Amino acid sequence: MKTTLHLKLNGRDAALEVAPHARLLDVLRDVAGLTGAKEGCGEGECGACTVLVDGRAVNSCLFPALEAEGRSVVTIEGLAGAQGGLSSLQQAFVQEGGAQCGFCTPGMVMSAAALLSANRDPSDDEIRDALVGNLCRCTGYAQIVASIRAAAGKAGAP
Amino acid sequence: MSNPHFVGVETARPDAADKVSGRTQYIHDLAVPGMLWGAIRFSDHAHARIKHVDTSAAEKLPGVEAVITGYNTPEVRIGFVRDNFALKRDKVRQFRDEIAAVAARDPETARAAAALVRVEYEPLPGVFSLQEALAPGAVLVHETDAKGRPRKDNLVPVRFAHHSGDLEAGKRASKHIVEGEYRVPLIQQSCMGTAGCIASFDTRGNLTLIAKTQIPFLAQKDFNRALGALGLEGRNTRVVVPALGGGFGTGLDTHAYEYIAMLLAWRTGRPVKILYNREEEFAYLSPRQSATARIRQGCDANGKLTFREIEVTQDNGAYTSWGATFPSVMLVPATSLYRVQNISFESKIVYTNNTYCQAMRGYGNPEITWPIESSMDELAELAGLDPVEMRLLNSNQPGETTPMGLKITTCGLQECLERTAAGLNWKENRGKRRNVKRGFGLAGLINVAGGGKIYRSDGSGIILKPDDYGNVNVSYGGVEMGQGLHSVLALTIADTLGVRPEQVIVNQTDTSTCPWDVGTHASRGAFMACNAAVMAARKLKARLLEWAEEIFPVEVEEALAKARKHPGFKEPDFDWRGNCRPGCFELSDGILTIKGAPAVPELQVDFARLLRAIHFRRQGGGTTFAEEAFYEPPTELPDWEKGIGNMSATYAFGAQGVEVEVDEDTGEVKILRLVAAHDVGRVLNPQTLKGQIYGGLAQGIGYALYEEVLTDKGRILNPGFTDYKLPTAVEMGFPIDVQLVQTNDPEGPFGAKGVGEPGLVPTAPAIANAVYDAVGVRIRELPITPEKVLKALQEKRRR
Ligand code: FES
Ligand code: FES
Repeated sequence: MKTTLHLKLNGRDAALEVAPHARLLDVLRDVAGLTGAKEGCGEGECGACTVLVDGRAVNSCLFPALEAEGRSVVTIEGLAGAQGGLSSLQQAFVQEGGAQCGFCTPGMVMSAAALLSANRDPSDDEIRDALVGNLCRCTGYAQIVASIRAAAGKAGAP
Repeated sequence: MSNPHFVGVETARPDAADKVSGRTQYIHDLAVPGMLWGAIRFSDHAHARIKHVDTSAAEKLPGVEAVITGYNTPEVRIGFVRDNFALKRDKVRQFRDEIAAVAARDPETARAAAALVRVEYEPLPGVFSLQEALAPGAVLVHETDAKGRPRKDNLVPVRFAHHSGDLEAGKRASKHIVEGEYRVPLIQQSCMGTAGCIASFDTRGNLTLIAKTQIPFLAQKDFNRALGALGLEGRNTRVVVPALGGGFGTGLDTHAYEYIAMLLAWRTGRPVKILYNREEEFAYLSPRQSATARIRQGCDANGKLTFREIEVTQDNGAYTSWGATFPSVMLVPATSLYRVQNISFESKIVYTNNTYCQAMRGYGNPEITWPIESSMDELAELAGLDPVEMRLLNSNQPGETTPMGLKITTCGLQECLERTAAGLNWKENRGKRRNVKRGFGLAGLINVAGGGKIYRSDGSGIILKPDDYGNVNVSYGGVEMGQGLHSVLALTIADTLGVRPEQVIVNQTDTSTCPWDVGTHASRGAFMACNAAVMAARKLKARLLEWAEEIFPVEVEEALAKARKHPGFKEPDFDWRGNCRPGCFELSDGILTIKGAPAVPELQVDFARLLRAIHFRRQGGGTTFAEEAFYEPPTELPDWEKGIGNMSATYAFGAQGVEVEVDEDTGEVKILRLVAAHDVGRVLNPQTLKGQIYGGLAQGIGYALYEEVLTDKGRILNPGFTDYKLPTAVEMGFPIDVQLVQTNDPEGPFGAKGVGEPGLVPTAPAIANAVYDAVGVRIRELPITPEKVLKALQEKRRR
């Protein structure tokens, strides 16, 4: 019943046993033990499950795990800098108060990471457009946008 | 308080690093060894008799460990009027009624088995609107009350009212009177982290509940009572609170799913987890009430308010949660927003076969500020006054006692109104843009900001326990749900005790280790916690400084002796021995020293070293420390039927103003900018404070423009974010100017007031007032959708 999924997970080769119809989100959380990506809706509406597949932000709750075969997947756990330190994007979220309850935060950070790797210096409107698939009930987005603005253009971002 | 240097300074939150790296553990991320998964079978009817429940097919599914119903488990009642049951027997009263539940090895099996439970019903007619439920001879949602006595109508048996002054005299004294009926919709709290819990028993029958709650200690009380129903009288519930993916009022009650997890864990002898997915959260978790309010108020020829009359009718749904008591909070603005004598407030809370409702941030205040502040604008127009002038004329002032008996100590309402108006260039702008369809509107607010007494105690305890390494471990019984409570606690303790914020570690909330707290609601968290923390930190500091007289000379001598071995060491030019007297020591930033001493390391004793020297005292008799303090605010439990009582130790005021553009072709309302001026007492951490205001505003905007749970005969039609629209970063893309008005409240910790709820209170009426300014139509029903605006515009043209 299970198939082996080969992928690069947070920079390392991984082989995971997955059910054929498994969602990437479940495989990350339940098989790989990476619980940073969250399920906020399970239907592609909230972005809490956002991860990068080959550098693009995807909703892992809609993404069939087997489609990650041979590709590179980066989760919030893979974003951390060396020795578990925070990336400059994560640091900006800390400094600017971009996280409140934090449930949306891993997804927000991953969407922001995808944006910043495509666009080093986005305008506020571009930041907001990039976050349109990420819902947050706590922050009103102001400090999230400020976090991304602060990280933009910084050396080493995201 | 002497010169705080952490309080008031923009500081990153202690929990932020874990949150941005995905390490924070929510109920979704937790598992306990041996754990089973629970799933619930909900009703297929809004109102029906249960004829038969057949669980045989569910029991046969491989992986199923137990199937329970109301027929094979003891009756567990829920809610403060005890009208709800963990599992329903005989009758269902709403679509989400719990009929059976399954424990199985994984969530898929549990859900599949729940679907296999066969239920036979005899459908009954239902009541789905206030009119239907209140009609003479209406079908009764509950035929009997909790004691089994027959009921005659669909009214929830609690009353909140206020009558003061002379209403008729007030009307006679009025030059202008306005009247209107206003509606608010059913909305979902929409925590990004859905609801869930893990229940487990030890062999003696003690329950541990990992719960997404805001009331750990009231939950302990509820569950201990439920243990009694299982024949486990005298056994205890330990409530442990994981990181919360938002609260917003959803944690103010204990829920059927939690009792069901308890029953399944008891039945199977294994831990049981229940976790709602988003669709379940929408369909089976209580939303915020819909309500209708009729308001009438008047003013004299000068614009002074003469009377206010309000009747609220609230759709409770089928059962009663604390949220039913929204009118208790409505009393505050109804009687005390602006100076008005001659008041009548009446409320009805009505059972229907709709989903039952619960608390949400603001708790009745946005519901009632909506009609009051819309009607203030109408009254100003009749009186020929500018809306800001009208409000300033009637503004509350420091030192007054309102008709409800609220003692207004500090009051920044006037300044908030003025700063909001100034931020919008009100004088030049308002009322003058009709040709470009832009308009300006504003609304004020009052909110409890020093607790909100609705229970015998409104207090909070705290324990500070320093360790050998200079960490100060904090046990607090309230709940961090994202608002930044732990951040302001750390700053408060650091400043009061004299350590660095990083040395303060706030422990997980757990009823077995934390002192009692009534719950984190009513904007009370930071106010209570920090007041208790100041008390405890002062006690701890006093004890440490007493010990300093003995410890400091010993430690300093030792340090000097060591230093003297280095050639070139110069003795400090300070008579430190002569200054080792009570009152001369200073603990600051985690360093003990003597006031006025030069900052050389030999004359400083690190906090950790001080603690160790006391603990491991050479001559014996050493000690460790823990200090507890309990803060009970100086407030009164109101007499609810009279609507009198000073329920909070202080009150927050504020004003919000917006500029909107209304598209007359589509009816769409676009916010161009927003000014929010809030009387916050004193800023504890500007970052978390602004976070509360921005976040509140977004919920206020959602309430005003977008959100509504749609139902058809009790069935929820839009159980997901596809059809239930929350504001996104794009909708929130307008400039927001937050103005913090600091009134330095004498009862507040460092002068601070509670700030959790005010951000969403006046947003909707400010927007409706701006829409009126832009296009001359008054919308009285939230949300202000393009359809409603278009319809109103068409009606206006016809007139
Ligand atoms: S969980 Fe994937 S978008 Fe919401
Ligand atoms: S921080 Fe709570 S949902 Fe975004």
